[in-house]
This record gives sequence, C-alpha cells and structure tokens, in this order.
Amino acid sequence: MEAADTHRAIDAVWRIESPRLIAGLARLVRDVGLAEDLAQDALVAALEKWPETGVPENPGAWLMTAAKHRAIDLLRHRGLADRKHAEIKAAPDVRERSLEDALVAAIDDDIGDDLLRLMFTACHPTLPPEARVALTLRMVGGLTTEEIARAFLVPEATVAQRIVRAKRTLAKAGVPFEVPRGAERAERLASVLEVIYLVFNEGYVATTGEDLLRPGLCEDALRLGRVLAELMPQESEVHGLVALMEIQASRAAARTGPSGEPILLLDQDRSRWDRLLIGRGLAALARAERLGGARGAYVLQAAIAAGHGRANAASETDWPRIASLYAELQAVAPSPIVELNRAVAVGMAFGPAEGLRVADALLSEKALADYHLLPAVRGDLLEKLGRVAEARAEMTRAASLTRNARERELLLARAEAIGGPER
Amino acid sequence: MRFMMLMIPKGYEKASPGTMPDAKHVEAMMKYNESLQKAGVLLALDGLHPPSMGARVAFPGGKPKVTDGPFTEAKEVLGGYWMIQVKSKEEAIEWAKRCPGLENEMIEVRQVQEMADFPPDVQKAASNFSELKKGSRA
Repeated sequence: MEAADTHRAIDAVWRIESPRLIAGLARLVRDVGLAEDLAQDALVAALEKWPETGVPENPGAWLMTAAKHRAIDLLRHRGLADRKHAEIKAAPDVRERSLEDALVAAIDDDIGDDLLRLMFTACHPTLPPEARVALTLRMVGGLTTEEIARAFLVPEATVAQRIVRAKRTLAKAGVPFEVPRGAERAERLASVLEVIYLVFNEGYVATTGEDLLRPGLCEDALRLGRVLAELMPQESEVHGLVALMEIQASRAAARTGPSGEPILLLDQDRSRWDRLLIGRGLAALARAERLGGARGAYVLQAAIAAGHGRANAASETDWPRIASLYAELQAVAPSPIVELNRAVAVGMAFGPAEGLRVADALLSEKALADYHLLPAVRGDLLEKLGRVAEARAEMTRAASLTRNARERELLLARAEAIGGPER
Repeated sequence: MRFMMLMIPKGYEKASPGTMPDAKHVEAMMKYNESLQKAGVLLALDGLHPPSMGARVAFPGGKPKVTDGPFTEAKEVLGGYWMIQVKSKEEAIEWAKRCPGLENEMIEVRQVQEMADFPPDVQKAASNFSELKKGSRA
C-alpha cells in the first residue's frame, strides 16, 4: 500500500474509532481534554507505525491499546504523586494491573453512555458556540482540525486555538464528565441539539462564501444527529431534529440550478428530492410523535418540513395546516423568523393580503431590520397584490441585504422580472 | 458521499427457492447492522431472496427477453446490500471490513453516483428527465 493510501486508511479508521476511544478514555481520566490528547498520541503512533507495517487487522484495538499504554503511564505517574499524599501502600504491579483492567473494561464496555457524556461535555454552555461546534466535530464527529477549518472557511490555526481554549475552559470550570439530570438536563440537551443544527445549517445555508451548499457539513450533522437518536431514543426532540435535517437534506439536489443559483422550495423540481431521505425523515418524525407529549420546536419544524415533503407538487401543499403549525411553533419558540414564515404560509393559505398583514406587523421588529428575507417576502406578496413598484423596491432592497452572492443574483433577477403597470 | 456495500455470497446462485440464512449468522449480522446504525452511517439495507425465486430481463436486439431463475450461467449474484453515508471510500472499506462475513461471502464497495459527479450536459439531460435519475444509471 502506498503511504498516501495508508494515510487515507488511517483517516478512515480514526473517524470510526476516535469518538469511542476518546469517550472511553474520558471516563477513565475524567478530563475530555486529556482524553483527546491521549487519543491523538495514539493517532501519532499509528501514523508513524502503519505506513511501515500496514494497517493492522483490527486497527481500532490497536489504537485503543496504544492510547491505553499512554494513559497507564500517565495515571501511574499521577498515582505516584497521589500516593505521597494519601500514602497508599499497594504494590506497584497490583496497582498497575488493576489500572490496566479498568482501562480495558472502560474501552471494551458498551461506550454508549460515555459517548453521550462526551457530546454533552463538548456542547457545554460555558463554551462559546463556535468552540462547541469545533469540539463536537473534532471529538464526536471524528473530523480533523484541518477538515473543520476547511468546512468553516477559517484558518486551521484558528480552529486549533478554539479547541485548545475550549479544553482549557472545560478543565478550569471543572465540568464533570456526565449527562446532567433534572432541570439542567433539558437545557443542556437543547445546547447539544443547537450545536448539531448549527453545523447542519452552516452546510445547508452557507452564510459566507460563494457556494450555497456545503454538503459535507450537512452529512456530518446528520451523522451526529443519528448517533444521538440511538443514544437518547426517548427524547422526542432528538428525533424531531433528525427528521428535520433528513427532510431538509432531501432537497439538496433540487435547491440549486445548473449554474449554482438557488431555487426556492416552491419552484423546486420535486422529482429531484431524495425519496430515501424523505422516508427516513418521516420515520424519525413518526418516532418522535409516538413518544407523545407536547411537541417541541424541532418536532414542529420537522412536521412543517414533512408537510412539504409529503406533497408531490407545490400546488398540493396543505397550506392551512402549515400555517397552523407555524402558529404552534411561534407559541413554543417565539421568533420573528418563524412569524415571517407564518406570513408566507398564511399568504398561500388565505391570500396575499392576509399574508402581508402578518409580514407588515414585523416591520417594526428590530431583529429583522437588516434581514433580507423580510423585504423578499413582502416583495413577493406585494407583487401578487399587483403593487408592482413597491414589490420591485422591496426585492431590490432584499438583494442589497443578503451576504450570499448567489442569493443576491437571484433576488436581483426577481426584482427585474417584476414588471407591468401598477394595477 | 454514499456507498453501496453489495453482499455477494458464493453459492447463492444455486440456492433453492426459500433458502434462508441460519439464525446464528443472522444474529451476527444484526449486531453489525446495529453498529452501523449506532455510528450514524446506515441509510438503508435489504436482504434479497435467492435468484431461483427471481427473473432476469435481458434486451437482445433491443427487445426484452425474460429468463426465470436460477441463472445457471451466473458466477456471482447479490444477496443483499447496505447503503451507507461516509466521508471517503476508505471509510466505506473500513466498514465493510468489520462485517462478520463468512468464508463464501464477499462485499463489493461501490460509490453511489451523485448529480454533482456528472458533467453539465449530463446534469442538464438528467434534470429534464429526472425520473430516470434512480433507475437507468445503475
């Protein structure tokens, strides 16, 4: 095998094994930063050894053994330091044996719980959002720093620094390696879901750069979501998020035209929607709804996405239902963006005048002052009402506000296409 | 990116109708499937009844000709597939290596074509006849 091939094979093994490895080690050393360092040491050892020897038959076990040795060295060292204080008199070989047993047990166990702890720790609210994202992708997603940097279009050094700082913050704050209980649990789960959806959206609606879609990040987020759904099968919002992402991702191929220009939901060629992903999304939504209870924000968003996903043509969309789901969402998670979406749905369900009434109520909303989709939605509704000049002005304003180059082109084209005399 | 892991069990081409895998093997496979699911990479999977219960449709001279199974001339036949979503071909291979395959079994790893893989003219043709997307390119 060529060295380059070996390196790609090591990358693949790393992606599969590193979350388990880090999670198992973290349970033992009770410090995710240290666990990650130990796992990285094992990776370095593999990078040195495997190009000569070839990838071992059971590469996961190899990495675990390498990390284990490093951990034992480290714990023994620490143990000696501890012993001075505690005056523990156990014979070194006994201590070593039990340590090794504990390590093997930790690593061979079903690491599900540890993986969940790892996710909750990486998404701890004490960290800034971009650090949570970087740490989660790195430790749970198995991405390298370089891959994270490339995906987010930032220098590798920036990501590396974010990760180092995040690990330090976690250690300093003494964040325990556990899944919290009680009231804190809901709040912390919300942060985990938020991080995953943030990654998805960064891929789905690229906020910066020329491309409208970075599919790699969408796939990373879906993978994290699917892993979480297996770890927390009783949490309806987890299935809701997975459903939402699967259904949104199903439209990826239909969202852009041949020259990369964006195509809006209602104009998309639905035969290009990915039926496999829609089916997976609907199944995840059904799983969420089977769990019962009040519908959370992700379940509701997934239900809205499913409403579109089930319609074989835009004209078959059940708009009154979607409008009422937006109203329910607005009650659960109030946001001017949700209200703006409700304006669109109301416009489709009950006519543009009704939609415009909802949209106009948002004009005084400070959070939307520079948000391009408010004038875009108003422009569309005004056009349908025959108020051409206002419509064109709004669409042009929308174009001036977006940061995405492709979207700007689309909005300018829309503005130009609005024609004819005032009715 | 997506990969199909195509399971090719030697001997399945001769298997009689209704042949089922033994319970022990199924159990091992279930564990494997579960590991794919838990890792968030599994999109879909199916097992196939033996070819003796199927048929082949060929097109000699452009006309459909149906042959009922078993297909005596076939050297390899499919027994099932997994569709997985992974970062690289190497990762797909790593997952395939973890399958508790039997002596007679072989997994072929193949990447699923995406629209972006095609040159613009093919993409255009595909978008005009998008229903063909799934069926005809296999």
